[in-house]
Amino acid sequence: MNAFVAILRRDLLLAMRRKSEMLTALFFFMIVVSLFPLGIGPETALLRRIAPGVLWVAALLAAMLSLNRLFAADHQDGTLEQMTLSPTPLSLLVGGKVLAHWLTAGLPLVLLAPVLGLQFDLSSRALGILMLSLLLGTPLLSLIGAIGAALTLGVRGGGVLLSLLVLPLYIPALIFGAGAVEADMAGLGAGGHLSLLGALLALGVFFAPWAATAALRIALE
Amino acid sequence: MNWGSASEFFAMGGYGFYVWGSFGVTAAALLIETLLVKKRLGDTRRLLRRELAADRESQD
Amino acid sequence: MSQPLINWFKFASPASFYPLAGKLWPWFAALATAFAAAGLWISFFVAPTDFQQGEGYRIIFIHVPASWMSMFIYCVMAFWSAIGIGFNTRLSGMMSSALAPTGALFAFLSLWTGALWGKPMWGAWWVWDARLTSELILLFLYLGYIALTAAIDDPRRADKAGAIVSLVGVINVPIIYFSVKWWNTLHQGASVSMTKAPTMAATMLWGMLLMALAFWMYSIAVALYRVRAIILERERHATWVAELPEMQR
Repeated sequence: MNAFVAILRRDLLLAMRRKSEMLTALFFFMIVVSLFPLGIGPETALLRRIAPGVLWVAALLAAMLSLNRLFAADHQDGTLEQMTLSPTPLSLLVGGKVLAHWLTAGLPLVLLAPVLGLQFDLSSRALGILMLSLLLGTPLLSLIGAIGAALTLGVRGGGVLLSLLVLPLYIPALIFGAGAVEADMAGLGAGGHLSLLGALLALGVFFAPWAATAALRIALE
Repeated sequence: MNWGSASEFFAMGGYGFYVWGSFGVTAAALLIETLLVKKRLGDTRRLLRRELAADRESQD
Repeated sequence: MSQPLINWFKFASPASFYPLAGKLWPWFAALATAFAAAGLWISFFVAPTDFQQGEGYRIIFIHVPASWMSMFIYCVMAFWSAIGIGFNTRLSGMMSSALAPTGALFAFLSLWTGALWGKPMWGAWWVWDARLTSELILLFLYLGYIALTAAIDDPRRADKAGAIVSLVGVINVPIIYFSVKWWNTLHQGASVSMTKAPTMAATMLWGMLLMALAFWMYSIAVALYRVRAIILERERHATWVAELPEMQR
């Protein structure tokens, strides 16, 4: 467990030293979300309807921007190979890195989303559900993304390939995440969607670090 | 038997374009895939044969 | 009954599988042709005109079997991937990569025929029906697998990475299908379902089964043929390749 905390702290420290990368993804999120009203028109009823989908798709893309770097730097300077030799299971270390990725790339999106939701005239109740769904969904994005990042490690054209691999797997998270807000706005209650999202997250926590570890071992062979 | 004549068969009760578009494209796709696979094996064999021949010559 | 067990691992070596595949594929090709002839006969001459959809419904005789095959081939790929990871056999990775293009082709054909069926029935080339949407996502999964294995130069590494992708994919396919269905009901999508629409007469079922068998046999034949090309490409420096009869002259 010590190694887990150590790697989490190290990755967070590294992310803090390179704040610009984190901020770029956040600005990307803001800009993409703000482009939609400009492309569609300022009609509030329409904006309110598309808001959950737009915010979720933008969050998905923004979370994917930083996935490339999840293992790349450690791969280049050989830290990753050292990790495979350490007595702690590699999947635990991968879990720590994924958690660090979520804290630096996912959590800021969750906190920023309600502010952007105001642009779309969402009610405060809908904003709360949106935050909740992102809070459950963004860790899942980091977990699935870690598998893709490990698979494309050191592969040419890795960035585009990563999105091709990961985006189809993000679809359930998108459907339940955006669906939760929509269902709540339609008066159907968001409970079902949110619990399914939670179930997927639980599945991801168990399965994804293991798959990412297997992929990393292949990349390091 | 459903069809009185050949033209009736090809018209498919007004759905000719859709029905033949589906069956035709499927047949064409499977045919093209077969040809591509045949070409791939043929090309590989030819390349390897040339490599082997070059090897033998250099050994002689 | 006390026959010795076949030594399966013997065929797991590319050197002995190459001639075996060469001997097997013509049989599967012949079976595919026979099943296709019977299936086409039923789909055009035996199955009666549907009273709701006219002759247009005959598209389901390839649409449904193509969808089945695209899903089935993905499962077979995942099976070979699991074998490859479990037993570390070289052949299983080659089998997966030989199957992927055919699976992707069937996914495409399923979408194409779905669009041609949807236009006269729903009045639109594309509807966000749960089945069609899942099929589209399945096509993306195939493309991801093909793109990843093509981007990695070392074939052994490409096989292993592809194995992980297909295993992750096969776990996700039911989740994706379920989520798309859920999404579809929430949004009150099109209620006409392709397989439910007409009362499924026995002849229709037979037609679809025969066409599915034809596609199945076709896939096996093509995959066997393609795996031979892959084996030769990868084992080009092995001595057994140089000793093959077709390499003399």
